[in-house]
Amino acid sequence: MTDILLITFTITLLFMSIANRIYTYLNILIFQGFILFGVTFITLTDINTTNLILILLETIVFKALAVPMFIKYIIKRNSITREAEPYLPNFISLIIVTLIIVITIILSSAVEDQNLDKTFFVVALSNLFIGLYLIVSRKKIITHVIGYLVIENGVFVLALAVGNEMPMLLNLGIMLDIFASVLILGIFFNKLGDVLKDPDVNLLRNLKD
Amino acid sequence: MIGIFLLVTILICGLLYINKNTIFHYTLVIIYTIVLWALGIYEYGHLNTTELVFFKTDALGILLLLSLCIVAIPAFYHSYRYISMHNETPRSRGLFFAAMIMLISACSMAYLSDHIAVTWIFVEITTLSASVLIYHHRNIRALEGVWKYVFICAISITFIYIGILFLSLAMKEAGIEDMSFDSIRNNYDNLNLFWLKLAFLFIFTGFTAKIGLVPMYTAGIDAKDKAPAPAGALFSSILMNMGFIGIYRIYAVVSYTEIQHWASVIIIISAILSIFVATVYMTHIKNIKRMFAYSSIEHMGIVMLGLAVGGIGVYAAILHIVLHTFVKPSLFFQFNQIYRVYQSKSIYDVGHYFKYNRTGAIVVLLGFISATAMPPSGLFISEFLIFQALFESRHIFILIAVLILLTMIIWGFGTNIFKLLFTPPTIINEDKIPRINPLDSVSQFVLLALAAYLAYAPPTTFVELIQDAATLIQ
Repeated sequence: MTDILLITFTITLLFMSIANRIYTYLNILIFQGFILFGVTFITLTDINTTNLILILLETIVFKALAVPMFIKYIIKRNSITREAEPYLPNFISLIIVTLIIVITIILSSAVEDQNLDKTFFVVALSNLFIGLYLIVSRKKIITHVIGYLVIENGVFVLALAVGNEMPMLLNLGIMLDIFASVLILGIFFNKLGDVLKDPDVNLLRNLKD
Repeated sequence: MIGIFLLVTILICGLLYINKNTIFHYTLVIIYTIVLWALGIYEYGHLNTTELVFFKTDALGILLLLSLCIVAIPAFYHSYRYISMHNETPRSRGLFFAAMIMLISACSMAYLSDHIAVTWIFVEITTLSASVLIYHHRNIRALEGVWKYVFICAISITFIYIGILFLSLAMKEAGIEDMSFDSIRNNYDNLNLFWLKLAFLFIFTGFTAKIGLVPMYTAGIDAKDKAPAPAGALFSSILMNMGFIGIYRIYAVVSYTEIQHWASVIIIISAILSIFVATVYMTHIKNIKRMFAYSSIEHMGIVMLGLAVGGIGVYAAILHIVLHTFVKPSLFFQFNQIYRVYQSKSIYDVGHYFKYNRTGAIVVLLGFISATAMPPSGLFISEFLIFQALFESRHIFILIAVLILLTMIIWGFGTNIFKLLFTPPTIINEDKIPRINPLDSVSQFVLLALAAYLAYAPPTTFVELIQDAATLIQ
């Protein structure tokens, strides 16, 4: 069951690579949040109840509801256009993302370890690299933030793989999530709208040598 | 003591944020400085004792903590001067000092932490407090600087976190539960090397954002440029030291295992690329503040070279990082006065600094000599020892390449500094130039003299502490 969920999770990434509208990205993020909830619920059996509740809160309330809703609010407030504005055509994006997944599968097949479920490893690494790819291949700042959230989801999957033995690390991961999202979105991105009329990354390109 | 220190920090930051009274603000800052020094002295007296489960002061930690204590005093003084010159609102002043205190506390806790996860938490806090300092002026350029800084640092702490996850996998086979540096180091021969490699790679990459090395150095440059100069001084000293201590501690684990050679190659590549990047920018840069920032990148590259080649290089690397903590802030502190004279950061608008501010000009000249590691600069000793270590470990080609790059840096740095000091400015209205109080330069002289003193006539305890810290590396 976990495998099915994780594979679905990876498929959403393929979908993300060809999405044109920012709302589609957000819907995918919400979907990923729910999948993560499912995976957590099935995987973490040895963990105490308080920790479990904390993790469930993080996946459902934070990842699937609060952050996407907040981004929607920001988009409305700053009247950001709906296009994702990629630098590359969608077809090429799709090929690159597929290649990333294939490469991580090949990489992980080289790993010989009893302690780690390889599906988790593949999904986490492909999430990480696809998140980085989304950041460099999209023009708007808001899509950079979405790329970062994709990376966070990947890291969360990796944390789940070690979560049963080391719940402390999982809690740290949750802290990272909340800290970074609050910092990037809450404090900062809100300000961006006050200073800039159109939060386009081109306007933040003057600091250079 | 650490518990009290953390409580006092939170209390003072809260009060600074809430209260708006000028005298009250400065009283709080003075109280904090006293508590910080008390912490430094207390920890010096209690070396190698565990506090609050996760903290343990070792030789390297105390060296960096004491240098932080020393730099903090002029940093607060110059912040006071900066704030009083700029007619800040009470609220922005309170926020500025609260963020600075938070940054200093987070850095000192990261030095003393013996647990990788705790270090990581304090790294996060430095990102938060530094971003408040960068955004102090609340204009679009500051916004750009803070955006880039926050984004790159967010990615960097994610990398460190992934590294910690891999490290936990490496420890799983050995059956180690405790993630303190001591316990990892003691069980080095049981670690799974594959996961340890991945862990080192991610943790190193993550910390490069803080220490200022390739690949993630870019964030720090914009941060030092846009933040007020006293904050920039802290970014280029204590914050970089925090990155150094993170890398040092993980490398200390790796250096006992079979992958030590592989890890040192990674560090050397990053170090040489950093020196190269610094050379490229410093030979044609026109912004004085960014030039100082790139100079820090160069020094961190040299430090990492010393660390990677081992032998006397590790000793020299630690000496270099301590001396750099005193030299670079003095240049940043002096920058404030340069800006007050010319109202510009551009090298095209400045000149004849000797005429307008003689004391300051001497600081710039001495700072230039110190930062380029020419004798009698203190950094000359540490750089010389690092070159010796490179020579002894038969890295001749690297040594030659680095020497050529450093010569180019001296040329680029020198061109700009001599333009600032001796050639006449293109357009300047001499009536508008304010008189600069020579007392503002005293702290810079003290810091530069301290760097020279520690290098040429080091006290025995200082040498012993460095030797003790260097034994962590195999």
